[in-house]
Amino acid sequence: MGNKLIDLQGISKSYGKHMVLDDLNLYIRENEFLTLLGPSGCGKTTTLRIIGGFESPDTGRVVFDGQDITNLPPNKRHLNTVFQKYALFTHMTIAENIAFGLKIKGKSKAYIDDKIKYALKLVNLDGFENRMADSLSGGQQQRIAIARAIVNEPKVLLLDEPLGALDLKLRQDMQYELIRLKNELGITFVFVTHDQEEALTMSDTIVVMNQGYIQQVGTPENIYNEPENAFVADFIGDSNIIPGTMIEDELVEFLGTKFKCVDKGFGNNKPVDVVIRPEDVELVTPDKGTIKGVVTHLIFKGVHYEMEVMANGYEWLVQSTKMSPVGTEVGIKVDPFNIQIMNKPESEDEEAVGVDE
Amino acid sequence: MNKARRKNALLASPYIVWIAAFIIIPLLFIGYYGFTDREGNFTWENITTIVRPEYYNALGLSLLLAVISTVICLLLAYPLAYILRNMNMSKQGFIVFVFILPMWMNFLLRTYAWQAILDINGVLDHFLAMFGITDFNIINTPAAIVIGMVYDFLPFMVLPIYNVLVKIDDNVINAARDLGANFWQTLFKIILPLSKPGIASGIIMVFVPALTTFVISDILGGGKLLLIGNLVENKVKADNLNLGAGLSLVLMIFIIINMLFSNGDDTDVNTVKKEVKK
Repeated sequence: MGNKLIDLQGISKSYGKHMVLDDLNLYIRENEFLTLLGPSGCGKTTTLRIIGGFESPDTGRVVFDGQDITNLPPNKRHLNTVFQKYALFTHMTIAENIAFGLKIKGKSKAYIDDKIKYALKLVNLDGFENRMADSLSGGQQQRIAIARAIVNEPKVLLLDEPLGALDLKLRQDMQYELIRLKNELGITFVFVTHDQEEALTMSDTIVVMNQGYIQQVGTPENIYNEPENAFVADFIGDSNIIPGTMIEDELVEFLGTKFKCVDKGFGNNKPVDVVIRPEDVELVTPDKGTIKGVVTHLIFKGVHYEMEVMANGYEWLVQSTKMSPVGTEVGIKVDPFNIQIMNKPESEDEEAVGVDE
Repeated sequence: MNKARRKNALLASPYIVWIAAFIIIPLLFIGYYGFTDREGNFTWENITTIVRPEYYNALGLSLLLAVISTVICLLLAYPLAYILRNMNMSKQGFIVFVFILPMWMNFLLRTYAWQAILDINGVLDHFLAMFGITDFNIINTPAAIVIGMVYDFLPFMVLPIYNVLVKIDDNVINAARDLGANFWQTLFKIILPLSKPGIASGIIMVFVPALTTFVISDILGGGKLLLIGNLVENKVKADNLNLGAGLSLVLMIFIIINMLFSNGDDTDVNTVKKEVKK
């Protein structure tokens, strides 16, 4: 991936008394698929709208390709947006929709016709030129919205929860479609979603946000395997988050039991949060486990079974391909490298992190 | 199925009776009187009377003033409705309320108020006199009638346009901006075409009463300027129902032409209706 293309420097934005973004710093590189991920109200859409020029930040700068574009209106920016619920022009045909941006720029008719053909082919909707926008299905309208944006050859495509209105199967197909599109076009995608699976599937980089703050920036593997705090761990996938104490390097105590881990540098006898993914919990016979418990719930999920195990006063979430019926006494074992240790939030800024409303 | 249909028919019956008693039957009467003379014999004369200069001129003036009023209403209402649309919700409700407030007052009262303002030695004259302007008189001129029409009918233009505009998704406008359109391009290529249905109903709602009014021309025209509405009124009052009905029928032709013209582009209207439903 290339150089910094968009640089957000110290962006703050509030609506009345409600702080939406607080001193946000983030850069987006050339040819990157970056996803802003977070629950509703976390500031991800506002961030996207600030990049697109539909909102202006109270403080801070938006730098695009070395130029300050903070005060540039949307029609002067070299990027295009795919909006939530598509926002097609329903009084126009598909061809007129796609041609809209090019006509404004005064391109020749031959050039525009070529581009329409090319774009429709790219989104697998050849021959749709003369249909009206609202005669199409949701998935098709979405593709047209993408086609309408990319014919303008933006350097960056902003996508605001574009798959939110589609059903599950279509959404999964569109995820692969978007990855393919991005690779064919070789441009930067900035994608906004609250769907962690979508983010994990498509992104090069995920930015996890909550309550106006960036919680973690990293690759999907990085975010999933090494969440930096309890919020990220909880938001991305399922987790067991258990309060504990770091006794010393590589040794942590929680639920009254000492566990070996691989983390260092937290200090001695420090309160921490321990995060263990449900698929990393091993159920063994009671004598072989570190702690003992009883299975209280069992659900078949298709690929695996999901169980809840009561052990030392905590209900563990466990995912396994092997079933243990409700009532079975089991032992719980966790490999040291599957135990993630996190600092407990201390300052007020970090407070927002732990609260999951 | 049949049962349900019968039940529906039963539920609809009061409206069918209403429509029959107060719309269809009166229309048939107008048709009957329009094509008969006092003795009840068939005649075209009530219709053809329109070619006589005094009637012809009144119709011409009515059409002219109605068109002018409709255009002025449109030019005033569209920007207003657009500004209203872009205001935040709480303010919007209040301003719309202020706008319909005059409609709660009696129509005659509002028109008489304008008479008091525009009259010789009226409010306007006193106001202008402060600036040394003395012989400015527009009472009893077509201009006064147009002012009255615009004031009385403006809300009927604002509301349908406003209703269509608020239903346009912000992101549709954002999308146009995003694709490079400036304010005017967005207005003419996106917002105006999408608000056509509102403009069409606004035009009908203003043009029809403006064309047929006789009260406004009576009060603000001083009875000297006769509109086609005044002639119909005079004939009916003078017990010449037949000629009154004939002139009404002629008037109806122009109203139907106006409606066809306003609703001509049916496909567009339907598209936006669908958009609105989303």
